[in-house]
Amino acid sequence: MGQRRPHRTTTRGLALLATGAMLLTGAACTSQKAASSGGDSGGKIKIGLVTKTDSNPYFVELRESAKAEADKSGAELIALAGKFDGDNDGQVAALENLVQQGVKAILVTPSNSTGILGAIKQARDKGILVIALDTRTDPESAVDATLATDNTEAGRLEGQYVKAALGDRPPAVIMLDGTPGGTVDQQRHDGFLQGIGLAEGAPQILGAEPTNGDQNKAQQAMENLLQRNSSVNAVYNINEPAARGGQAALQARGLTDGVVVGAIDGGCQGVRDVQAGKYAVTVMQFPKKMAEQGVQAGVEFARTGKKLSGFVNTGAVVITDKPVPGVDSKDTAWGLQNCWG
Amino acid sequence: MATKALNRTSVAEFVLRTPAVGPALALLVAIVAFALTTDTFLRLDNLSLVVQQSLVVGTLALGQTLVILTAGIDLANAATAVLGTLLMAKLVLTGAPAPLALLTGLVVAAGIGAATGGIVTSLRLPPFIVTLGTLTIVTAVSRIYADGQSFPVTDGLLGFLGTRQYLFGQVEVTVGMGVALAMFLVLWYALTRTAWGKHVYAVGNDPEAARLSGIHVRRTVLSVYLVAGIVYGIAAWQALGRVPNADPNAFQTGNLDSITAVVLGGTSLFGGRGSVLGTLVGALIVSVLRSGLTQAGIDSLYQDVATGVLVILAVAVDRFSRRRQR
Amino acid sequence: MTREPVLAARKLVKRYGKVTAIDGADFDLLPGEVLAVVGDNGAGKSSLIKALSGALVPDSGQILVDGNPVRFHGPLDARRAGIETVYQDLALAPAQDIASNLFLGRERRRPGLLGRVFRMLDSGGMRAEAERVLGDLGVRVKSMQQPVETLSGGQRQGVAVARAAAFGTRVVIMDEPTAALGVAEAARVLDLIGRIRDRGLPVVLISHNMPHVFEIADRIHVHRLGKRVALVSPRERTMNEVVGLITGALRMGENGQLEEVSTVARTGLTTRP
Ligand SMILES: Nc1ncnc2c1ncn2[C@@H]1O[C@H](COP(=O)(O)OP(=O)(O)OP(=O)(O)O)[C@@H](O)[C@H]1O
Ligand SMILES: [Mg+2]
Repeated sequence: MGQRRPHRTTTRGLALLATGAMLLTGAACTSQKAASSGGDSGGKIKIGLVTKTDSNPYFVELRESAKAEADKSGAELIALAGKFDGDNDGQVAALENLVQQGVKAILVTPSNSTGILGAIKQARDKGILVIALDTRTDPESAVDATLATDNTEAGRLEGQYVKAALGDRPPAVIMLDGTPGGTVDQQRHDGFLQGIGLAEGAPQILGAEPTNGDQNKAQQAMENLLQRNSSVNAVYNINEPAARGGQAALQARGLTDGVVVGAIDGGCQGVRDVQAGKYAVTVMQFPKKMAEQGVQAGVEFARTGKKLSGFVNTGAVVITDKPVPGVDSKDTAWGLQNCWG
Repeated sequence: MATKALNRTSVAEFVLRTPAVGPALALLVAIVAFALTTDTFLRLDNLSLVVQQSLVVGTLALGQTLVILTAGIDLANAATAVLGTLLMAKLVLTGAPAPLALLTGLVVAAGIGAATGGIVTSLRLPPFIVTLGTLTIVTAVSRIYADGQSFPVTDGLLGFLGTRQYLFGQVEVTVGMGVALAMFLVLWYALTRTAWGKHVYAVGNDPEAARLSGIHVRRTVLSVYLVAGIVYGIAAWQALGRVPNADPNAFQTGNLDSITAVVLGGTSLFGGRGSVLGTLVGALIVSVLRSGLTQAGIDSLYQDVATGVLVILAVAVDRFSRRRQR
Repeated sequence: MTREPVLAARKLVKRYGKVTAIDGADFDLLPGEVLAVVGDNGAGKSSLIKALSGALVPDSGQILVDGNPVRFHGPLDARRAGIETVYQDLALAPAQDIASNLFLGRERRRPGLLGRVFRMLDSGGMRAEAERVLGDLGVRVKSMQQPVETLSGGQRQGVAVARAAAFGTRVVIMDEPTAALGVAEAARVLDLIGRIRDRGLPVVLISHNMPHVFEIADRIHVHRLGKRVALVSPRERTMNEVVGLITGALRMGENGQLEEVSTVARTGLTTRP
């Protein structure tokens, strides 16, 4: 009975494709043209920017600083982005797109240190200056120059601070990591362990969970880790949203006393959190510097052919209102003047 | 004895007719397994957490259940809820009174639902494609509206569902749990005790038969998407109760997570069979697995493997039981 | 024939792209009669009764109820006019139980506040009523809560027939209601048709089974290539003659006499134009 009707069969097939949805939406990359006003961009120097996403405030800061700098030097900035953190495909498409548009220089924050090397090489073969911002490529020689926070250093500073703040208490650490496989995520994680003086897998590490830097996931991960073992006295966070999520879980269990929580990023919200005592420390990085120096290098290259090269560290500064001996730091007032987002 | 044979068939029938029984058994097995392998899982505070962690995805899944019962699918549900959280939080930060902000979030979510339903019914397009479109649009609108920011929630009303109470000084419950329970009961009642519910099932089961039986198929489908939209709005409120911060990047996999919960709950992706009770169980299975496996010290990537295997099992069971009845 | 038809149609047309399913068909159903509609596969019988029951909207032509022109925009309109239909593919929701199917689209609510405000269904009442209706028809099933998909083909047909019989107030239309039935079950459906007629309700019966048709019908409407080609009485015509009309070997002359069509057509070597 009841013949199958064609449209139901289609729905069935489509329903089974549900998982493909994310892939489909992910495949397209978003584009945001931040060209300065005026119709004749023909004569202007074009500089491309490819960020990991265009929704994270950090990358928004990067984009806006780059645009401001481009405007100042009379260049045109074309800003593109991946769809989500880890969207190598989208970044490759963005790079190809920029090459097509005839840019002189490309600033890129690779989602993955090796994921987009092919597209970078193609661009460089066309004589385009490629500068990695924020995240290094592996090998570093895959790009002309790198302008970045030394993320291992940033992680090490977080670890050193936590170690000093603990004093002689033996560490019992929970680590709220970023995205599995992310370059920056791994560097910060490794740096933290160096700074606090623990080996990977040491028994003092009570647990580590990926959070994708998402407050929601971080809260959930911390809740579950605390169920397993609540004798924590130190928390590593990949970034400030993770720190907020972890902090909320600690607070719900009444565990905030005596727990040293550290974060990395230096977003204004994060600095305010530190000021309010939600967590002890954040390590600030400087996306504005990266963007400005990157655009300047691009304009310079277009005008004179001179290439920026090597690794340029844009610095990392410990922001806290509870300084500890042996770790240089600035207070939150300074932090609020220099924060991003 | 004769009654024995009778009992056996009626038990089999009961299981067939009540698709939530299988998932409930799976949930029980998981709970027992974790109770035996970890000494922390069965603690009351942990169980309370498991429920809290399933609230947002569970609420999204309730709306998703309605849509899937009509043989549709909603890829935009989490994106709709995220836009809801942004509206609520940002409006309050820009000085709007909290009740107005809350209402705006709910109304916009309902509006997105109604628009989706309108497109699905009037243009007769497959819901998969329509909601793929709305997913993309709503996500973009969220990002434009958020402008790279996330918005902390300080107002009491917006975070109200996160309010904690202690029952017997022991069991932590939140207002959000109560809201989720109430929503479940309302939907359960509407689906099983009213003509609307019968029509929803009939439309998903065989739309032509439903039409010939005098059911307003389009009106029913449209109402389902509208109700689902309202549910997503409440999911937004739930989300702010859980995490007092509206972030345009939150719940990126919420749509698939909610489909997972629905499928684990025994509701058929082909429409017309399933229940909100099953979905409740399905949502709990996901968070029981995550919590239990974390406490058993198992890497989170393996937790996803476990969930994936369960999803395939659930769909296979659905397929198999339907084939036998043909 | 001086009596006014209960349900009639004039020059109905329905096209599906290049296929003309109804090609200017006429139709007349008199009060209290059993009218058999016969014709080859694809002759357009189902399409005709779908138009009469509101399930499809004809491109042109007119439908008359008690002599008054009506327009059915959907099955619900026809149902409101008291026309109940057993469709060829039954139109049941397989996953739902018997009682729900019987009352699908016309569910009964509880009396009082529960029904009016909370819209609560009177499930018990509907179940009891379903039990009574099926009992009357002699359809035996285990329980009213059994999903329809667990029933045998014959039982399902029984449920669909019972639904139409129970709710029809002006006309009952049945599209091949005995197709899936065994001898005994078919006999019961014929019996039921007789009882519906005894209640004074006219019945339209589509069937390929000539003995059944000749047993129960008061008149026979012969459908061919999308239109009515003859309207005959089973008492005045033989089965062979009706079969001849169906296949096109015979045709109705101007004066109501049957005449033979060319021999080529009779051997069935030509198909439709
Ligand atoms: N929805 C439709 N779309 C396209 N063509 C249709 C549709 N419904 C019916 N037809 C066509 O209309 C013609 C008449 O079909 P109909 O079902 O009315 O025949 P029938 O006399 O009931 O046949 P049977 O005895 O096999 O049930 C057929 O050629 C059929 O293919
Ligand atoms: Mg037919």
